Amino acid sequence: MTPFLDALTFQAGYNAALVSLGAALLGFAAGCTGAFTTLRRRALVSDAMAHATLPGIGLAFLAMAVLGGDGRALAGLLAGAALSALAGLVWLQHLTRTRLPEDAAIAATLSTAYGLGILILTVIQNLALGRPAGLEGFLLGSTAGMLRSEAILIAAGGAVTLSLLFLLRRPLVMTAFDPAHARLMGVNTRAVDMALLLLTLACVLTGLRVVGLILIVALLITPALAARLWSDRMGGVALLAGAIGAASGHLGAALSLALPDLPTGPAIVLTAFAAFAISALVAPDKGVIAQILARARLRRTLRGSR
Amino acid sequence: MTADPTPLPRPGTALALTGLTVSYGAALAVEDVTARFPAGSMTAIIGPNGAGKSTLLKAALGLIPKVQGEARAFGQPVAQAMARIAYVPQRAAVDWDFPARVIDVVQMGLYRQTGLLGRLTPALRDRAMDSLARLGMADLATRQIGALSGGQQQRAFLARALAQQADLVILDEPFAGVDAATEAAIIAVLHGLRSEGRTIVAVHHDLSTVTAYFDRVLLLNRRSVAEGPTGTTFRRDSVARAYGNQLLAAIPA
Repeated sequence: MTPFLDALTFQAGYNAALVSLGAALLGFAAGCTGAFTTLRRRALVSDAMAHATLPGIGLAFLAMAVLGGDGRALAGLLAGAALSALAGLVWLQHLTRTRLPEDAAIAATLSTAYGLGILILTVIQNLALGRPAGLEGFLLGSTAGMLRSEAILIAAGGAVTLSLLFLLRRPLVMTAFDPAHARLMGVNTRAVDMALLLLTLACVLTGLRVVGLILIVALLITPALAARLWSDRMGGVALLAGAIGAASGHLGAALSLALPDLPTGPAIVLTAFAAFAISALVAPDKGVIAQILARARLRRTLRGSR
Repeated sequence: MTADPTPLPRPGTALALTGLTVSYGAALAVEDVTARFPAGSMTAIIGPNGAGKSTLLKAALGLIPKVQGEARAFGQPVAQAMARIAYVPQRAAVDWDFPARVIDVVQMGLYRQTGLLGRLTPALRDRAMDSLARLGMADLATRQIGALSGGQQQRAFLARALAQQADLVILDEPFAGVDAATEAAIIAVLHGLRSEGRTIVAVHHDLSTVTAYFDRVLLLNRRSVAEGPTGTTFRRDSVARAYGNQLLAAIPA
């Protein structure tokens, strides 16, 4: 238990403190953004986008290695991830325009991109360019060897994402609630939707290193689902989702540091799910317990009035 | 008196459709519809299911692409006159479980005033509350929208349109699935708007109330069947043509 508490209270060393702070910042940005992503029904699209980063990571590694640089330079890998996620998004939109149902198009994009990514990773492994590439960390997340520069990158990405969310909050809410009305009110809903996807992509990219591309979608949507149980207002849902995301990131990272073989992604995601499960139980009005109590109270009143 | 140098727009026209044609894939949903909605009038768009009533309105507003034709509001292309137009979609068009209170929805009608970051001034807040009050909804301002009845949802939508203070209000089936009290509240508000000189266009289904509610009708069955004042246009033969005689066939001879 002590390593866990140490990690929670930033006592487990400089590197561990960096990781858990980075994870908390990431969770806050992803939670806030995810509240909008979920309400606009883009959860699956963001999952496809996250999986579509993998081929780009592999190709970026190869390109950097061939050019004689360090294949593991994070900036280069993230640039590759962003490009291939955008390519996946464009392909997805092309598929939906062919009248393929959206869920089928998303499933096709997600699985194809992921398959392609795994293929490229296998090629990289077989090439054995001197030393292990260490790209597996991008699948499920890893806290191993997070650098100060990477933590700063996460913090900066999160700050930019949050300020843009704040700036665009009105058109984002209007587009999510009633896109036709938003358009008639002069909102460029296509641009707003694109902005939302780019903000979501920013969260995916900053989360790649910590949570991993397979599970990052859970950090986007689970805090939002939990927050929705506590608040009936968009602002409240977004901020609460951020808080729940931050807590999940911090707790999950601490768990992962304390149990050396547990990748960070699953630890964070399961913590977020625990927050959701607790919310579903104890939230006022919408929680299971509150509903049981309300029904019992109603039954008592009905019996009393008879 | 000199001649008016601009031949068109004809003054006093709130909305003018010219040869409007809309298709879904290869099928024509609306074909060559030309219609004029005079300012200060209240028009019912009537026709059977699949006649293209909602499609016509959405295409006129630019929400869906048109194949051909033109829609002008107050003499300008609709896109440029949008600040003067309010649209009330069908209730089922949105997710009512959205985390918003009634007043939040109404305040969405003020986006042209606030913009991205502008403050919701006390005057604007009052405007939103007054819009709700006109529909008897002031008490429900802080209610979560998911807790509203169907009729209350419809009133909240209309309040959002009122907050826009538009000169042309376009409604898609405002009376669908609402109770008599809501219908009376809505029609009172719409008649109030008309008496202020504003223009109302509504898709309408209940043929028994057309004469009482509306002063003009547009009978539609993909094409425009008839258009004009209710007294002269809402006649058995033209309605029968719009409905392809289905109505008469349903009644024993």
